[in-house]
Amino acid sequence: MLSIGLGHYLTLAAIIFTIGIVGIFLNRKNIIVILMSIELILLAVNINLVSFSIFINDLSGQVFTLFILTVAAAEAAIGLAIIVVYYRNSGTIRVEEIDRLKG
Amino acid sequence: MIAHAIVFYIFSLIAIVSAIMVTVSKNTVNSVFFLILDFISISCLFIMIGAEFLGMIMLIVYVGAVAVLFLFVVMMLNVAQQKNEWFNSSGRSSHIPVGLLVSIIIFFELIIVIGGWKYKPDLLDSIAIEINTHLTNTQSLGSVIYTDYIHLFQLSGMVLLVAMIGAIVLTFRQRSGVKRQSYFKQISRDRKDGIELVDVENNKGVKIDA
Repeated sequence: MLSIGLGHYLTLAAIIFTIGIVGIFLNRKNIIVILMSIELILLAVNINLVSFSIFINDLSGQVFTLFILTVAAAEAAIGLAIIVVYYRNSGTIRVEEIDRLKG
Repeated sequence: MIAHAIVFYIFSLIAIVSAIMVTVSKNTVNSVFFLILDFISISCLFIMIGAEFLGMIMLIVYVGAVAVLFLFVVMMLNVAQQKNEWFNSSGRSSHIPVGLLVSIIIFFELIIVIGGWKYKPDLLDSIAIEINTHLTNTQSLGSVIYTDYIHLFQLSGMVLLVAMIGAIVLTFRQRSGVKRQSYFKQISRDRKDGIELVDVENNKGVKIDA
């Protein structure tokens, strides 16, 4: 309990990952919160990579975390741009009302 | 050791609580603030276990750029209309129990994997880049990124460039009726188009066809 090992960090990452999944599953109103949940999931992945990298003494995990950080930033920028364009065209970004592809 | 444990539990508790608050808080601005708190506590954990460079980069990239981008978008769009109200969603709300069930199953699967997992016996032979304890974290990362991973590094730069161009192209809007400078017209104009020499007769004046 008092000696913090790899399992503690992995459990923390699992909890944050699950909270992100819950945020995506249960959210029916707000699409920006869904994007934030995706950021939480990527954060959990980063925790996993960094803690493995530290505990097995291998630097490559941190390098990959750096690349995941890049991709997460790009994804947030593109996703928010798509949301802004959608809001400009249709006047709403509520998840329930985004059904234009329904035909 | 005890201090390490106490700090770990404090930061991870803050991280978990703020992650929950990101998904459940009614106001979207508040959930962006809790996202920032989450990133800060996780980066403190990173710094604590010895990945200082990544902790600082997390602070700069996530708190400085991504969260501020989220705040901009939340405040630019209509915040009052996008309340986050999935607890009291009326009617056909069968997605809440199913979603909770699926997420609980995912969580227990992850816990089972973590609990019953062991290092493979020849792990120490398969380490790609061993951490050199004489160098700082930033120094050792830099010596690896620019040599062994240079192609991936440049590719991630390309990803950022494409994302930037994509965001600009997506949100660019040409408004009609706005007068603006046309540099090409200004530069490509020559003397013939602009100036005309006219011999003015006395007491006649000049007729200008505008």
